[in-house]
Amino acid sequence: MLVEKKKKRESDIPMASLADIAFLLLIFFLVTTTIDVDRGIGLTLPAKGEETEVRTKNIANLLINAEGQVLLDNEVINLGDIARVVREKLMQNPNLIVSVKTDRKTKYDAYVQALDQLKIANLKRISIAEPDK
Amino acid sequence: MKFEGKQKVEPGIPLSSLPDIVFLLLIFFMVSSVFKEFSGIPVVLPSAQKIEKLKGKRDVAYMWVSRKGDIFLDDRPVSTGQVSSIMLGKARDPQHPLKLVSLRIDKGAEMDVVSRVHEALRESDAPGALNLNYSAKLE
Repeated sequence: MLVEKKKKRESDIPMASLADIAFLLLIFFLVTTTIDVDRGIGLTLPAKGEETEVRTKNIANLLINAEGQVLLDNEVINLGDIARVVREKLMQNPNLIVSVKTDRKTKYDAYVQALDQLKIANLKRISIAEPDK
Repeated sequence: MKFEGKQKVEPGIPLSSLPDIVFLLLIFFMVSSVFKEFSGIPVVLPSAQKIEKLKGKRDVAYMWVSRKGDIFLDDRPVSTGQVSSIMLGKARDPQHPLKLVSLRIDKGAEMDVVSRVHEALRESDAPGALNLNYSAKLE
């Protein structure tokens, strides 16, 4: 008498849904990934003890007080007009250096906007003066 | 006489390699996505027009300054006196020397604290600590 062999159980993992699972994970990562690039205004500070002498006629003083009012070479101007005025000055004197000086109580916002204006005017030489004690 | 019909070409896209492709994409996104380690202290960034992208994210030190003037350096509260020594340590790291300092300063912060940060960074005398980036939003 022949005994039939027991049929082997199939031991495969169902692969049909693998793609679905992978897609689900893929979509999760696609959605959660935030490719946020940090952006901002770049500036390089001078190294310690590095001082360069400049001619006073090349320097334009930009003063910002605690209220955010701007004085550029003893003329009161609007924060938004700095770029235009500096561009004009830059045309007259390509070696212009703008020295930015703020009050201790000046808001950082005004300072960044002033720097932004100088960048818009394509000014390469910016000097940051320490606020008076 | 019978003609055998031409065998039809099956018009299906081969789907057997689909999971492989999807997994490849999945692994790419898993590796490339960087989760934010520190959500930061509540800082309202100023807005500007002429802003530039930060080059690379790896060798950047993040400094946060709140409206009240509290300073956080890489997720830890620090005082201005500690900044220069930490920066020097970062600059001497042989594998990831510091290249840039990203300053995330609240727009309402006073220039007093910003100036103290400048002084501390200059004090450290590390070349990477002098490259600043004032984080700002596009207007």
